[in-house]
Amino acid sequence: MAAVNPVTGAIAGLQKWIHDRAPGLDAAYRKHVSEYMAPKNFNTWYFFGSLALLVLVNQIVTGIFLTMHYKPSAAEAFQSVEYIMRDVDWGWLIRYMHSTGASFFFIVVFLHMFRALIYGSYQKPRELVWVIGVAIFLVLMAEAFLGYVLPWGQMSFWGAQVITSLFGAIPFVGESLVEWIRGDYVIADATLNRFFALHVIALPLVLLLLVVLHLGALHEVGSNNPDGIDIKKLKDANGKPLDGIPFHPYYTIKDLFGAGFFLTLFFFVVFFAPLFGGKFLEYDNFVPANPMVTPEHIKPVWYFTPYYAMLRAVPDKLGGVIVMGAAVLILFVLPWLDRAPVRSYRYRPLASKLILAGFVVAFVYLGYAGYQPASPGLTLLAQIATVYYFAFFIFMPWWSKLGHFKPVPERVTMHD
Amino acid sequence: MAEQAVDEGRRRFLTVTTAVVGAGGAAAAAVPFLASLLPSERAQAAGAPVTVDVSRLEAGGILREQWRGRPVWIVRRTPEQLAALEGLNSRLRDPNSDVTDQQPAYARNLHRSIKPEFLVLVGICTHLGCSPLFEPEIRPQPFASDWKGGFFCPCHGSTFDMAGRVFAGVPAPANLAVPPYRFDDEQRITIGLDPEQGAA
Amino acid sequence: MTKFLATLVLAAAAPVALAAGAKFPVEAANTNLGDRASLQRGAAMFMNYCASCHSAELIRFSRIARDIGLSEEQVMQNLNFVGAKFQDTVTVAMTPEDAKAWLGAPAPDLSLTARAKHQGADWIYTYLKSFYLDESRPAGWNNPLLPGASMPHVLWEYQGIQRVVTEPRPRDAQGREQACRHGEVANACFVRFETVSPGLMTEAEYSGLIRDISNFMEYIAEPAAMERRKYGVWVVLFLAFFTFLAWLLKKEYWRDVH
Repeated sequence: MAAVNPVTGAIAGLQKWIHDRAPGLDAAYRKHVSEYMAPKNFNTWYFFGSLALLVLVNQIVTGIFLTMHYKPSAAEAFQSVEYIMRDVDWGWLIRYMHSTGASFFFIVVFLHMFRALIYGSYQKPRELVWVIGVAIFLVLMAEAFLGYVLPWGQMSFWGAQVITSLFGAIPFVGESLVEWIRGDYVIADATLNRFFALHVIALPLVLLLLVVLHLGALHEVGSNNPDGIDIKKLKDANGKPLDGIPFHPYYTIKDLFGAGFFLTLFFFVVFFAPLFGGKFLEYDNFVPANPMVTPEHIKPVWYFTPYYAMLRAVPDKLGGVIVMGAAVLILFVLPWLDRAPVRSYRYRPLASKLILAGFVVAFVYLGYAGYQPASPGLTLLAQIATVYYFAFFIFMPWWSKLGHFKPVPERVTMHD
Repeated sequence: MAEQAVDEGRRRFLTVTTAVVGAGGAAAAAVPFLASLLPSERAQAAGAPVTVDVSRLEAGGILREQWRGRPVWIVRRTPEQLAALEGLNSRLRDPNSDVTDQQPAYARNLHRSIKPEFLVLVGICTHLGCSPLFEPEIRPQPFASDWKGGFFCPCHGSTFDMAGRVFAGVPAPANLAVPPYRFDDEQRITIGLDPEQGAA
Repeated sequence: MTKFLATLVLAAAAPVALAAGAKFPVEAANTNLGDRASLQRGAAMFMNYCASCHSAELIRFSRIARDIGLSEEQVMQNLNFVGAKFQDTVTVAMTPEDAKAWLGAPAPDLSLTARAKHQGADWIYTYLKSFYLDESRPAGWNNPLLPGASMPHVLWEYQGIQRVVTEPRPRDAQGREQACRHGEVANACFVRFETVSPGLMTEAEYSGLIRDISNFMEYIAEPAAMERRKYGVWVVLFLAFFTFLAWLLKKEYWRDVH
């Protein structure tokens, strides 16, 4: 052991000082980091949770700095974004980090959710973790939508016009509700102002709270793993799970590597393809909002397109809205739809795997279809995909039980 | 479990290297964020030099202009006011303008200006940033019985003479600042440009 | 009906929004933001020809000078014709009222035109190449990329005057109309442009001139583009190096885990 040097001595002293006054902090650190026993067989899919947290921090930090220069008024919003892009030192970088971060947030969250789906991470006893997670997804969608309105370009304006109009489909109160949301007869200054308030403070607070609850709920029950095995069943003499390793240093370091890899990709996009071919920032949004002229092809940003395709697939205004809303809300009840005797798809029958693959194909296709201009051929396929999407969930209580399940091993398996 | 020895040295080396490189990256990442708070291109454009026509300014009068958002005064001093500057040295904190930050070199003289007649000052008290009042008359004042004309700050009672020099015994630590300026010709002063300078 | 009206409004007032609907192939301009000489020539052309009607209110003269390597004197003497200050943005002398009287509508601001189209500078390049005589239009000019817009061919002296040659739409065996193969113009299929009277420049010279303008407009649409790529290389290399270190560290610690 090296001799104690003054720096480490001072740090130890400070730690003791804090520990004497707030022993709970220390306990929390042990519970959530140093002695949080995570299964040792996490694979690549398990990076996306910590990466989502990283993107959240990115959005908050860049968002705070954008707020310092942005003007939430219909007369000034568009100019102020270009002011950030041109006149503010490094403003372009901060703005691109925020706009690229929005898309990467969804990439990461979609993969994170898919991870939960394939390893049965929503099953008992982690239902609460899943339900809170879906709530985060829902708030994230609202947050992204509100944020997209702020640059006050053509897509901002007409996107907001279309999405707020959806509420008009609700019987009796619809029209009044739409005016109440907009604070005007169309999307206007009042709408922008309130969307700004919701985007920069209200929803971020909710999001942070939900993230804390999500992690809290997870750490109560412990992490699932690719084998879907409960690692707490087999413990050593000290009561430590045989297949568990402390989160720190093993997963902090592993996630650091994941973060480095992710940031390399992320900044490649930020610096070399911030518009990402018009998918992360749309061309029409470089035209100031004009209430008199709708752009030829209105489409949402890519991460909303699967749901947008479902909306368009239903030839009825109210029906479309219900289907779109149900597509997200149905995720809440997933833990109670799955009746499989195992968690992970690794040990499920081939038929189940194929049904899941079909679900992925349907979802990706819907994403593609929602991005294209409406056409009859596309709509028919989108309708089929929509039916499949819902059938996947609705019939899950039956199909998830069928077939021959492989035996789940006692101990976790390492594949790398 | 193979009980091979852990190479502590390598582990420590990699931990420190990664931490140092990471900290370097984080510090570099902070730079754009902090720099974004500097005056923007637009603020700099709004702070561009201002040209003022002083031909209509009468002796003893003051013109108040805005430059970089701050009040800038142009005072045309009378011969009496200029004469009164001479005898004040013993009552001033920095009579010879030794604090060089407070004026350009060409204004480091008794009258603190290019031409004795015209005084150009940033109208911000060097104490806590209030804008002092212009009190040009040579007569007793509530704040000074022996007043030779100058500036009085209503916030905390600092007093300055007709060259913007601060009196001793008041809260303000330094003379009022003289901004860079030049005479374009006999009538016009440009604030924000030095005499031999082309661009700001 | 509403859609029809919207189309009319589009054609008259917001040429920018119409681009997506124009079915005319766009040529590659091969612009290069690193080519300062091209940007300087483009700036001069832009200020001489475009900026008399169009503003570019998001870009400052001082920024142009700094980014494309011109001095304050050069910019103030050769690029600034409206008596603006060096730090001012590029505004237009024409009032909106005059613009309405002379052109039918105020000319749109050009600051972001190159970003508002998915073909970017290529669109501008093709647009400036494709003006043709059309007696039915008030100004006598039309353009397949922005049919019915009120903009005249400002650079006609350089390019010369051209006429469009069209052919009827092809029909299939059942006699149904098919889409044009080389783009659509004046509700028929485009064949080629035909010179009516030559201009001061050869075709190659004129292409170079409008390439410079397109390049300059690409620059003003995102002045940070050059900086972005310059810093990007270092940031990505640094992160790749950091990731490599983190990977070594991870491997080292994970030797404990079996």
